[in-house]
Amino acid sequence: MKLIFEKGAPGQHLTLMPPCDVPEVTLSRPRTQPLDLPHVSETELTRHYTALAKRVHGVNDGFYPLGSCTMKYNPKINEDMAALPGFTQIHPLQPPETVQGCLEVLHQSEKLLCEITGMNAMTFQPAAGAHGEFTGLLLIKAYHARRGDAARTKVIVPDSAHGTNPASAVMAGFTVVNIPSSADGCVDVEALRAAVGPDTAGLMLTNPNTVGIFDKNILEITRIVHDAGGLCYYDGANLNAVMGVVRPGDMGFDVIHLNLHKTFSTPHGGGGPGSGAVGCKDFLSCFLPGPVVTRDDSGYRLTQPEHSIGRVKNFYGNFSVVVKALTYILTLGREGVPEAAKNAVLNANYMMKRLSEKYAMAYEGPCMHEFVMTLQDLKDATGCSAMDVAKGLLDHGIHPPTMYFPLIVHEALMVEPTETESQETMDEVCDVFLSLWELAHENPQALHDAPTRTPVRRLDEVGAARNAVLRYTGT
Amino acid sequence: MNIPAELKYTKDHEWIKMVGDATALVGITDFAQSELGDLVFINLPQEGDEVTAEESFCDVESVKAVSDVMSPCTGVVEEVHTELEDEPQMLNEDPYEAWIARIRDITAYGELMTAEEYEAYIQK
Repeated sequence: MKLIFEKGAPGQHLTLMPPCDVPEVTLSRPRTQPLDLPHVSETELTRHYTALAKRVHGVNDGFYPLGSCTMKYNPKINEDMAALPGFTQIHPLQPPETVQGCLEVLHQSEKLLCEITGMNAMTFQPAAGAHGEFTGLLLIKAYHARRGDAARTKVIVPDSAHGTNPASAVMAGFTVVNIPSSADGCVDVEALRAAVGPDTAGLMLTNPNTVGIFDKNILEITRIVHDAGGLCYYDGANLNAVMGVVRPGDMGFDVIHLNLHKTFSTPHGGGGPGSGAVGCKDFLSCFLPGPVVTRDDSGYRLTQPEHSIGRVKNFYGNFSVVVKALTYILTLGREGVPEAAKNAVLNANYMMKRLSEKYAMAYEGPCMHEFVMTLQDLKDATGCSAMDVAKGLLDHGIHPPTMYFPLIVHEALMVEPTETESQETMDEVCDVFLSLWELAHENPQALHDAPTRTPVRRLDEVGAARNAVLRYTGT
Repeated sequence: MNIPAELKYTKDHEWIKMVGDATALVGITDFAQSELGDLVFINLPQEGDEVTAEESFCDVESVKAVSDVMSPCTGVVEEVHTELEDEPQMLNEDPYEAWIARIRDITAYGELMTAEEYEAYIQK
């Protein structure tokens, strides 16, 4: 497929630009070369993006069980609300008294999400999950620095964590201490006890964890870290399993991030944009990035927290994403939020039970919102790997699960159906999974050859990684 | 699986080959490269780096994951196999020729296995 730059010809153009309604200015340092913009007609442009859209697989196209990504359906009412003129025909530098409705959205979202998570204050500045992790860790850092405790330089991360956790800790200037998981995929409490000390700044954890299991020792885990003087950070990646049922704040966490673009049904993939809201307990709220929305008798105001770590993004974060998340929460309400979580868990267990007829599960017992299969036995018996099965799913219009993650499971496939899939859809998908298991035994070559019905077959991932071309440089 | 008898091995799948009294070449094993898959990037140590047995001194990236490479011994990096930077696939093609670093002034070793022990270890 051609890039937009490779289409059209000089002179072709379209007339979507509105007339200029501000005075023209001359740049003090004018460009010396013309901009290399595409020359295409409106017809050509429309066809280009329609062709791109046809090659994309989103949750509107079919099943998308990408584990740890919570690819749930994004209700269209969210878009309607975010498109209201009062939310779009505004400027971030408008005086606060003229955008009271927008400030109310931020304030109300903060209140509701704090209620759901057991936190006391929240910022919506971070643009996505890893940005939220980084921001949350800076709060922890500011807390220890403010107390004059310079010795706390280490952040403890279990070996099952998302790769962003250790990366964010390093970005925030900490040293990472990896602790192994126990055989059941949970935190090895004794290893944690041995790892904490006067140099512990904090612990980063998801619960349920990355293998889809709720860590029953969570209260003991957070107590061990607190007793050693560290703080506990909750990665909200897996909140979908427990939202409205249990609260990270009650588990002993001091600071959290949420992925509004996962748990709270705003679009993600393809750049989102996302929102990695960061919540914290009262004693950390004075460090939050500013400005934050506060309310007094005269209405909503923007204020700077006393010891703010400063801005982490321009203005107030991805505001329209917050509008969509708030719409979702208000649509579901007090009963709907926990019901969604329970259905996410029910769906995952339903699929796990059906697939365990053939596929080996990495961990025994019921799962939360996702489960991990290990295809090592299948690979040993047939030569067909998790990758081959994933490619086979593509031929059936199904997005593959997360592959080769978590790293502690060999030939891993991690399935997260979410609550928005029907039993009929899951049954169809389970039938496909089981038929691929048969195919691996009967005709492994067919799976090695898959996919055959997609616009492109197997991509040269190795070539792309070894020889990355990241920028269009002309024909 | 290729496991040369003259080398020693770690439980983290590195090999060490003595080339002097206190000097050795280190790299990753055939098993390690086959588990990791096609390697696309290596973050090499630098000459003069002090390395510690059983601590990370290098990392390698495959299309699946980034993995630490642990040092089999404590010592000082004398020489780095810089060709690997441009051709990380050498680690896949011939892992025992594709040494990562030459370590001198070795003062300690981590837990090491013979080829026979290592073979039994990866069978598990």
